[in-house]
Amino acid sequence: MHLSHAGGRRLVAGIPTLWLLLLFLVPFLIVFRISFSEVRLAIPPYTPLIAWHHGSPSLEVHWSAYRFLFTDSLYLSSYLYSLKVAAVSTLCCLLIGYPMAYTIARATPSSRSVLLMLIVLPFWTSFLLRVYAWIGLLKNNGVINNVLLSLHVIQQPLALLQTDFAVYIGIVYSYLPFMILPLYANLEKHDLALLEAAADLGARPFTAFLRVTLPQSLPGILAGSLLVFIPAVGEYVIPTLLGRTDQLMIGRVLSDEFFENRDWPVASAVAIVILLLLVVPIMLFQRAQRRELESAP
Amino acid sequence: MRSPGLFARCMLVLGLIFLYVPIISMIVFSFNNSRLVTVWDAPHSPTLKWYVALLHNGQILGAAWLSIRIALIAATGAVVLGTLAGMALARFGTFRGRTLLAGMTTAPIVMPEVITGLSLLLMFVAMAQLIGWPKGVGAVTITLAHITFCMAYVTVVVQSRLVGFDESLEEAAMDLGARPLKVFWRITLPLILPAIASGWLLAFTLSWDDLVITQFVAGPGSSTLPMVIFSKVRFGVTPDVNALATIMVMLVATGIAISTVWMRYREQRRARDLQLAAAANL
Repeated sequence: MHLSHAGGRRLVAGIPTLWLLLLFLVPFLIVFRISFSEVRLAIPPYTPLIAWHHGSPSLEVHWSAYRFLFTDSLYLSSYLYSLKVAAVSTLCCLLIGYPMAYTIARATPSSRSVLLMLIVLPFWTSFLLRVYAWIGLLKNNGVINNVLLSLHVIQQPLALLQTDFAVYIGIVYSYLPFMILPLYANLEKHDLALLEAAADLGARPFTAFLRVTLPQSLPGILAGSLLVFIPAVGEYVIPTLLGRTDQLMIGRVLSDEFFENRDWPVASAVAIVILLLLVVPIMLFQRAQRRELESAP
Repeated sequence: MRSPGLFARCMLVLGLIFLYVPIISMIVFSFNNSRLVTVWDAPHSPTLKWYVALLHNGQILGAAWLSIRIALIAATGAVVLGTLAGMALARFGTFRGRTLLAGMTTAPIVMPEVITGLSLLLMFVAMAQLIGWPKGVGAVTITLAHITFCMAYVTVVVQSRLVGFDESLEEAAMDLGARPLKVFWRITLPLILPAIASGWLLAFTLSWDDLVITQFVAGPGSSTLPMVIFSKVRFGVTPDVNALATIMVMLVATGIAISTVWMRYREQRRARDLQLAAAANL
């Protein structure tokens, strides 16, 4: 391998690395650093990391933002609520998405591509507008209530909007394709001879599913669940448009802390604690992704 | 082959209904005369008045134009950077910084958007203090942010396409004395062109659609279309947004229909070429 070749390689790998260092990794370090400041009325609105006392520098590390997070119960309850919403939504996505992915994977090749297209198509239309569509369906004089009222199923409109239920619907609706696609990719690769063998040995279909298909699809379940769970914890748009006003999710708290209270250190500390909660799921996702991308078929 | 049971089939049908009912209801109510959005005003509907109102809404049109320009630049930038990263990850074996690059390209895909947005804004502020650039936030910072989160997706698409091909073609060209750059233009690029095209479309869609990250790095006078929509719908439903949604759904559906027909045409042509080639050999 001659020199220009090695130089070219260094350039190919170096340019995106440099870009991501500058616009992905360094920004996190800045958030980390600002989370150890105190808010002050100045530009920028936080205390510097290094303070000068009589000409000598000293490191100023403040824990006040973190202390604040643990003393005000608003933050703790928002974190717990976000984890709960993300976990329930992920489970619902899995319960709805698994049979869908399974049916698509076992369909004939031509109907398979049509069905996959139908799953992906909503994803190409605006996420924001699809969430917005649920306002029209769920609100008091919305479509669902009007239909139920006219069928005399209910006498009074149901309060569906601004509830936990609406948030679950919104998240499951928006993230369902992210659950189905990795599950499908996994289920499609299964060797059906194993199921036939199980049937020949006398296993009933459901037993064969539990003992053969389900264990084999665990990597797909993991990948799909992580793709839903991690972004759902920090979800901002769905709970803001559909969710409760008395219980905020943590993504909304972060945004309010930054835009309404202009408290950069607390907003940064909120972000750092979200990352700490998500560090294990994110690393699991990266490992799954690496395995998927680096195993040549 | 064992076919799935009745339960699984029902779930697929119900799931598809679940995915499409909200979209269909938006389309239907975009032709509704009533301001009350979800109450069908039968005597005066269907009407196109919300479409007409949309055409006269300078704020929405201006925001849409800004969003299109940002998405075009961001998708192109993301494709260039994402292709480089995908090449490096799929073809260079192990190199120094590989784990770092792989980690930084997969993390943005799942990273909660509020965190990405906050960190990018704080970085831009810190840069402005340090080197005096960028002067304030706006279209430029939005574009830089969009390139960053879009390139992760392009990298994954390009990388998985490259992993699917073995390196023998590229190696053969090298053995025949082609220089690396020429190998890239003549062999690798044509191979990954479909991945680059779908990566570009994906990046364009993500950029066009992004709200949360954009809100952090946008400034006064740089409201993108999702920002305008969000501020309109945050406090209730407005019928002209239904019309806008219908137009966007129709555009996407048309685009997908065209690409499907084109792909089928290409496949048929390839099959015919293969037949002709086989016939010529006889």
